[in-house]
Amino acid sequence: MSPYVKLILVPLLLCLFGPAYASAAEVNLYSARKENLIKPLLDRFTEETGISVNLVTGKADTLLQRLQREGRNSPADLLITTDAGRLHRAKTAGVTQAVSSATLNSLVPADFRDPEGHWFGLSLRARPILYVEGKIDPAELSTYEALSDPKWRGRICIRSSNNIYNQSLVASIISAEGKQATAQWAAGLVKNFARPPKGGDRDQIRAAAAGICDIAIANSYYLVGMLTSKDEAQRRAAEKMALFWPNQAGRGVHVNISGVALTRSAKNREQAIRLLEFLLSKPSQAWYAEANGEYPVRSDVAAGERLSAWGAFKMDSLNLGKLGENNPEAVRLMDRVGWK
Amino acid sequence: MSDTVSLRSARQKPRLSLPSAGVNAWRFAVVFLALLLAVPVFVVLGHLLEPSGEVWRHLVETVLQDYVINSLLLMIGVAIGVLLVGVSTAWLTSMCRFPGRSVFEWALLLPMAIPAYIIAYTYTGLFDFTGPFQTLLREWTGWGYGDYWFPEIRSLEGAALMLSLVLYPYVYLLSRAAFLGQSICVLDVSRTLGNGPWRTFFFVALPLARPAIVAGLSLALMETLADYGTVQYFGVSTFTTGIFRTWYGLNNATAAAQLSALLLLVVFALIILEKGSRRQARYHHTTQRHQVLTRFQLTRKQGLMAFLICFGALFFGFLLPAGQLLWWAFTTAEESLDGRFLSLISHSLLLAGAASVLALLPALFFSYGKRQHGNWLVLAAVRMAGMGYAIPGTVIAVGVIIPFAAFDNALDAWVRERFGWSSGLLLSGTLAALLFAYLVRFLAVSLQTVDAGLGKIRPTLDEVARSLGSRSGEIVRRVHMPMLKGSLMTALLLVFVDVLKELPATLILRPFNYNTLAVRAYELASDERLADASYAALTIVIVGILPVILLSRSIARSRHVEST
Repeated sequence: MSPYVKLILVPLLLCLFGPAYASAAEVNLYSARKENLIKPLLDRFTEETGISVNLVTGKADTLLQRLQREGRNSPADLLITTDAGRLHRAKTAGVTQAVSSATLNSLVPADFRDPEGHWFGLSLRARPILYVEGKIDPAELSTYEALSDPKWRGRICIRSSNNIYNQSLVASIISAEGKQATAQWAAGLVKNFARPPKGGDRDQIRAAAAGICDIAIANSYYLVGMLTSKDEAQRRAAEKMALFWPNQAGRGVHVNISGVALTRSAKNREQAIRLLEFLLSKPSQAWYAEANGEYPVRSDVAAGERLSAWGAFKMDSLNLGKLGENNPEAVRLMDRVGWK
Repeated sequence: MSDTVSLRSARQKPRLSLPSAGVNAWRFAVVFLALLLAVPVFVVLGHLLEPSGEVWRHLVETVLQDYVINSLLLMIGVAIGVLLVGVSTAWLTSMCRFPGRSVFEWALLLPMAIPAYIIAYTYTGLFDFTGPFQTLLREWTGWGYGDYWFPEIRSLEGAALMLSLVLYPYVYLLSRAAFLGQSICVLDVSRTLGNGPWRTFFFVALPLARPAIVAGLSLALMETLADYGTVQYFGVSTFTTGIFRTWYGLNNATAAAQLSALLLLVVFALIILEKGSRRQARYHHTTQRHQVLTRFQLTRKQGLMAFLICFGALFFGFLLPAGQLLWWAFTTAEESLDGRFLSLISHSLLLAGAASVLALLPALFFSYGKRQHGNWLVLAAVRMAGMGYAIPGTVIAVGVIIPFAAFDNALDAWVRERFGWSSGLLLSGTLAALLFAYLVRFLAVSLQTVDAGLGKIRPTLDEVARSLGSRSGEIVRRVHMPMLKGSLMTALLLVFVDVLKELPATLILRPFNYNTLAVRAYELASDERLADASYAALTIVIVGILPVILLSRSIARSRHVEST
């Protein structure tokens, strides 16, 4: 056994006590955006600027926990999350710092950044209502709120309330309608579920296409992903669906962002801000739409062919920090109405 | 034929007589190391003392009951599943002769290489309402939604099934080792007393193998309690999903840790219950004289049944899900096998290899500590150190981050004050922190296996060796090690495969730019890109198979060693 032990131990020791990352120009990134949805951009950045980017991906809350515990010695310069609530949490936890940049402020609309400059949106994720074409007349649809109407009994698919997209959606409704009305609405919605929530957003779309329900609530980029999938079954399912933008007469469709914050402990501040600006540059913005069907946060960048085909729509202009504030209340509320 | 098995009372402590000063040092070292490894567990338990506000009332009023009931039902389901499959296949392959036995012997371990959440994804892909199976069924019959009944795969029962399918190898492995290690003479005695194979199994072999079976079962159950991926995907609210919901959703890390602490109490209770039911009985063999096993010759019909049982476990636990992964990989995946992918493999191998060796050393140390110097303090400390296995990896990871970062920052503050420069984070964010987390999480696996092996070496053997003039070190080296070899290999490889599959702690604690196969598979799968995840998932399986095969061969060989 001993040669094996050596085989394992020697490289291990080398790894453990090898040099820390010490190249001159670098940025360290904690990202809740998954590797394949951020790495290509980072590689492009390194190519253009010579600044290398070190990346750890993970879940937002655990990255945040790591950041908090590491304190002033944390190596991370930037934190990327896939919803505004987590950015708000990071700000509240005191691990971010403000960036006052006229350039950034002009690029990112005020709704999609922190008023004090602690975080900036990178891309937008809309959560519209999807319905099975032919089964439902879009004239029957109007708002999220209307989905609690008894006429939809057993016809709605939506994933678990463990999911942040649903938590944010409910948080946005709490902001608009208040706790009481939202609780009533959620109770009605749960009664209209076609099945106990399970799976992800794509699962809801597939279930609707297969006839389990008539309506699925899902982020639009999942529909894009399915329409462009290599898997024929996914494409066929997605093609049966149509998209409806709710609340157009009122506050608009619920949108969330993936966004970025500069950490308080950032040691490569200058490079980090360069990366931030790069992620907001026109080519990068167009990339989000291309690669993952998300909407650019910049209004002067086109959303790409497929997204444009669904037309322009009015977005909820709630400042997204509210989503973070209301998040615990949203979860408690969903617990109470039995939204699994 | 003097072979018997003695049930010794605990009071007859076997001892290698070490100098008395050494005894204390040894005890102290065991307790110290065990407590060190239990730090993350203590960090979690420590939250019990903190106030967490209104959240508990909310939890009790709304969801806690669901968490408790579902977790219990899941455990019961998995217990039944792994016992039925694990023990029956272990008995059949070790004691009976039927077609394919020699292949099943190792192939039955294969499901171990498949992470539970991956098997959940593949089964959902196949058998869900929108999957190919039901779609075909509807096309043939013209049925629609609601016209027919089909078992819902994404349910509590489904989750129990998935977990049973990938966890039964723990029971299989340990109980098979026990069956093989049983003196054949005992079984022969049973036969001469007129017991048939069934009676021999139920009244002799099964009770004798009980410690091993229970060890395997408790591993499976702890793994079940810690599972997050499967239950989350299936929409089953258990303790683990509750912990994360409380932490992420309600943004209350304290209450989440308190839920974990509650979970730990449940595990404690289970262990005490088991200990109590076993009373003071110990199971040592009084002889090492074995003969080559004469296996029961089954009739054709029985042989077919045995074949079907083993094949069923192998098929549903491995062939079907691996086949689905393979299909996805060929037809729809976009991943390519480039340099980056190779680095995933090497990272995974390095971590798994290092962790398995690292976990074996304290396991051996603790096992001997318990055997030679086991007073209540030693037993309790070692027990604490092994608790990490029942805690979800994410919680362990946080239990590691907190003390490591606190240590690093304290050191840094001291260095700054003293010398005016910053030592930064010394351990946090390094592989050392990650390996420590693995150690905490998987020590129980090593420990249980080594314990089971060491427990079978009867103390009189030590006494004989002593009387022949051997000193303690020599006894360990020349008597114990050859007999333990199989158990040590088992321990190494179980941890190896576990680390290969481990996700949550890896995700949180890994250094920059350090990805593993499990991380890659998870990132794609959690984005519902199952097909794209299949490459990484398959590679985990393939990399995991090799040690599994080595393992089964070493078990077979270790038996030959004993049969001299």
